[in-house]
Amino acid sequence: MERSSASLWRKIRPRYNLVGNECKNCNTGYFPPRVVCRNCGRKSKMAEKQFSGNGTVYSFTVIRTPPDTFKDEAPYTIGVIKLDEGPMVEGHVIDTGAKLRIGAKVKMAFRKMYVEDDEGLIHYHFKFEPL
Amino acid sequence: MAGIVGYGVHVPIYRIRIEDIARVWNEDAESIKKGLNIREKSVPSTDEDAATIAVEAARRAVKHAGIDAHSIGAVYVGSESHPYAVKPTAAVVVQAIEAGNDVMAADLEFACKAGTAGMQMAMGLVDSGMIRYGMAIGSDTSQGRPGDALEYTASAGGAAFIIGREKKDMIADILKTVSFTSDTPDFWRREGAVFPSHAGRFTGEPGYFRHIMNATKMLFEETGFKASDFDYAVFHQPNGKFPVNVAARLGFTEKQIEKGLITPVIGNTYSGSSMIGLAATLDAAKPGQRIMMTSFGSGAGSDSFAIEVTDNIASKRRNSVLVRQLIEKNKTYIDYSIYLKNRGSIKKR
Repeated sequence: MERSSASLWRKIRPRYNLVGNECKNCNTGYFPPRVVCRNCGRKSKMAEKQFSGNGTVYSFTVIRTPPDTFKDEAPYTIGVIKLDEGPMVEGHVIDTGAKLRIGAKVKMAFRKMYVEDDEGLIHYHFKFEPL
Repeated sequence: MAGIVGYGVHVPIYRIRIEDIARVWNEDAESIKKGLNIREKSVPSTDEDAATIAVEAARRAVKHAGIDAHSIGAVYVGSESHPYAVKPTAAVVVQAIEAGNDVMAADLEFACKAGTAGMQMAMGLVDSGMIRYGMAIGSDTSQGRPGDALEYTASAGGAAFIIGREKKDMIADILKTVSFTSDTPDFWRREGAVFPSHAGRFTGEPGYFRHIMNATKMLFEETGFKASDFDYAVFHQPNGKFPVNVAARLGFTEKQIEKGLITPVIGNTYSGSSMIGLAATLDAAKPGQRIMMTSFGSGAGSDSFAIEVTDNIASKRRNSVLVRQLIEKNKTYIDYSIYLKNRGSIKKR
C-alpha cells in the first residue's frame, strides 16, 4: 500500500465508486480503465463509465495468511466479482458469514481498506457485500 | 417551507448483548436492561467509521430520493467521532456520492444533535433559494469508557436526510423548526481525549429533560399544535427509558413513540439517534400524518421539528430499505473480547 497523497488522490474515484471506462465502439466495459480497447485497437472510443457496483461472485477465497496490512482482519474473503456490466473486479467481500457461494449476488459497499498509522491517512475503498 | 425529499440509514451488522458487557463488570444484566430499556447495541466492524457509515446512509438517501446527486448543493455531517480531527468527513461523502465539486460542505459537532442542526442549515439554504437540495447526516461510532454506564448504550449508526423545497418530490413537509440552547456542562470530551466524560445524574433533568421539554413546548406554541395533533413523536434516545419518560411528560402516548424507538435494539447512535428514529417512523407513516421530532445534544441544545407527510411517501418507498429490516439483516452477535478488538482497545505494543 502506498503512502503518497498524490497517488491516493488520483485513485479516489475508481476506489470510491468503481469509475472505469468503456469502449463506445463495441460497448465493452473496463475496470480499472484501459487506454485502448482490447477488441477495437486503434478504432477504440474510450469514455469514462461509473459501474453500478452490482455483480455476481465468479470465485472467492478465504485468506488465512494475510500480508501485514491486513493481519488483524484475517480470515477475510477476497472475491472475483463479475460486474453486471461485464468487467471482472477483485475485491474484499464483507459480512459473508458462512453463506458465500459462487454465483451469489453482491453489491458495492464503502469501507476502510487501510489506515497508515495513528497520524497517517485513512484509505477508503469499495468492498462487496452479499445482497 | 422546505421538506424531506429522501432519507437513508446505515447500522453495522454486529451486536453485543447487555449480558456480555454486564458479565465483565460484575453487574446485574437484568436490572440494567430494565433500567435503561435496552437489550443490545450495534458495534462497528474494524473497517467502519463515522465516514463509511455516513456514506452508506447518504447513498441510500440519494437512491430513495430518486434525484441526481449533482443537484445536491450542500452536505453537512454531524458527528462526535469524525475519523479525522482535521479533514472533513463531508468531503468524503461529497466524493463518494459523486455530487460534483460545486457543493457547500462542512463537518458539524453538537454532541448528539449535530445532524438535526445540519437539517436546519440545509432548510435555510433551500428556502433562501441558494441551493436546490441539501443533505444533512448524523453518523457516529460512539465512544463510552469501559466500565462506565455509557458502555451499555454507546453504539454505531447513522442517517442521511435530503432536504428540498419542490412539492412534487417532497415526502414530508417540515412545517416548523425551533431550537433551545444553553451552556450546560452535562457531557463533554476534550480535544485528544479518547472517551467522553459526563456528570452522572446531572445529565437527566438539567440536560436532556430541560432542553427537550423547552424546545418541544416552543414548537407547540409557535405552531398551535398539541401532543394529540401528532400521529408520531421521536426523541433523542440516549437509552430506552428517557424518551419514554419525556414523551409522557409532554402528553404523548407510548403508541405515538413506538415506531421511532430504536435504541432498545441498536443502542444510542449519538448523532444518528433521533434521525434513525425519524427514518423508522417515516417508514411507517401515511400521507397526511404528522410527526414531531425533538433531538438533544449535550452541552446543550434541542432542535424540534413539526413534520407533515405528503402523498409522495408511498411511491418513493419502493426505493428505500426499511430501517427495521436493515437492523435485522445479517445481524451477527459478538462477545466482549471481539468487541474490544473491533473497537481497537487491545494494545499489542
